[in-house]
Amino acid sequence: MEVLLSIAIGVLTSCGVFLVLRSRTFPVLLGLTLLSYAVNLFLFASGRLRLDAPPLIRAGASYTDPLPQALVLTAIVIGFGMTAYLAILALRALSESGADHVDATKEP
Amino acid sequence: MNANAPILPLLIPLLTALLQMVSARLPFQRVVGLLATALLVLVTGWLTLLADDGVVRVYALGDWSAPFGIVLVVDRLAAAMTLLTAILGLLVLLYASAGFDQEGLHFHPLFQFQLLGLLGAFLTGDLFNLFVFFEIMLLASYVLLAHGGGLARTRAGISYVVLNLVGSALFLIALGLLYGVLGTLNLADVARVVALPGHDRSLARLAFILLIAVFALKAGLLPLSFWLPHTYTAAGAPVAALFAIMTKVGIVAMLRVQAVALAPTMPDLLDHWLTPLALATIVFAALGALAATRLRALAAWLVLLSAGTLLLTPAQASSEVSAAALYYLMQSTLAAAAFFLLSGVIAQQRGERADHFMTGPPLRSAWLAIAFLVLATTAAGLPPFSGFVGKLMLLTTLRDVAAGPAIWAVVLTTGFIVMAALARDGCYLIWKHRAKARPLPVEGIGWQQTTAVLLLVAAGPLLAVLAKPLSDFSQRAAVQLHTPGAYVAAVLHSGTVNPDGREATR
Repeated sequence: MEVLLSIAIGVLTSCGVFLVLRSRTFPVLLGLTLLSYAVNLFLFASGRLRLDAPPLIRAGASYTDPLPQALVLTAIVIGFGMTAYLAILALRALSESGADHVDATKEP
Repeated sequence: MNANAPILPLLIPLLTALLQMVSARLPFQRVVGLLATALLVLVTGWLTLLADDGVVRVYALGDWSAPFGIVLVVDRLAAAMTLLTAILGLLVLLYASAGFDQEGLHFHPLFQFQLLGLLGAFLTGDLFNLFVFFEIMLLASYVLLAHGGGLARTRAGISYVVLNLVGSALFLIALGLLYGVLGTLNLADVARVVALPGHDRSLARLAFILLIAVFALKAGLLPLSFWLPHTYTAAGAPVAALFAIMTKVGIVAMLRVQAVALAPTMPDLLDHWLTPLALATIVFAALGALAATRLRALAAWLVLLSAGTLLLTPAQASSEVSAAALYYLMQSTLAAAAFFLLSGVIAQQRGERADHFMTGPPLRSAWLAIAFLVLATTAAGLPPFSGFVGKLMLLTTLRDVAAGPAIWAVVLTTGFIVMAALARDGCYLIWKHRAKARPLPVEGIGWQQTTAVLLLVAAGPLLAVLAKPLSDFSQRAAVQLHTPGAYVAAVLHSGTVNPDGREATR
């Protein structure tokens, strides 16, 4: 479980960093999305991994730490909003400059 | 009323933004925004007076006591920063009400959300909550940056957004590591737990280094500062003026984390690398100021210069240095904002030449030249204005630290470079025009713009006159900042000392 999760985080992060370094806005956007997936998984794992344990504190029963799940929810919402805004900004740059290069300079 | 004081600076901008979204009519939004921001100045001023009794006030949101709930913590530093934010916000909003807010949609609600994020970042005592307020501040700033349109702003916006999204990812990784190692994200509780044995110290160090790196990105420390000049240059004048305080959020957060969590347990974390990088930032910014081709770009480089100067201070971990830093922070923020607003007014009067440093039509209003002179004197750190006082205080306190001679050499040399750049650029803007040139028949400057610029420019002489009370206050704030025991005790025992959990009596 730990190995699987760490490999998933590693692959997502490396793909994300690779895509962020591309020169067109769409791959950069995808890279940021992958990066935020990796970060969300990482946050989730910061409360330790437990199988078959709900995030509810009950006497005598096993439970998992609910706080990282709340943090992940917040992070997902914020990341989603930011990505949506970046998509709109990229579209606006495309319509203004006619290119989806991150450093588009051509005036229309 | 006093018990609920810490939440008021957050409620005012939040409710104002919601109210402004009711109607899209500009006169309504302007009046509501200006009245609310003026109220914010009064409230934060009252909060600062209240905080000056030395009690660390803790407000537990929803009455969930720390470390389980989120707390707002008001000490002298936090209160002073909220007051500075509110004053800057009011003047910038006044300037923007002269017509800048017509250039795009939703300027006023976004402005209030930006204030909310800034104030929250200064007040919160919880690291994850700090992340949330950072994001509120950034999301509003992304849209404000694009306000007014144009390819330059969109382009600057893309790199700014991408960079800050990566920064947010790093912030979350640092928080995840910190929570995984220490099991808490409340700053006071982090400071308590990190001193206990039984956790992986090297992982905790790594988490703190990542956290500091994120703050350094916001503040513009050298390898992470290439985004700052062109972003601030591209932004509209009032937006850039408000952004002048954004770099300071990173610096204050760094000072806070250093003083509360790092100083007692790992005081060597910032040694050896922060000061050299800050010095490099100063040199980089001074060269940039020399190479700037327009007044707005020059102001952006000056923001970076002041950020670099302030970044010299967290690694010193001394209350005298932090006191000087606080005074320098106040005056440099106001001076940078004044520069951005002034560049907007000057650009209005020069038609196509805008604020570029080239021969253009003469300025219609003579007061602009005097304002520029006063401001340039302040920014260059020449007597008799507040820039000189701030720099003098910083240099005096930094004389005895290990890197003292290097800091003196770099700060004084770059001060000279900046002075030369300002003198040259002032000649272009004010004196150099063709013999037969007449002032352009452009629209006049609104009284709102005149008032905002004059008040911000007057801050230079005013802060110099008030240097004694202000530096005394900074001294008290810095001593309080560097007594982390009181902070930790106030936050963690707020529930037990006072059952309603709102106000700690230490």
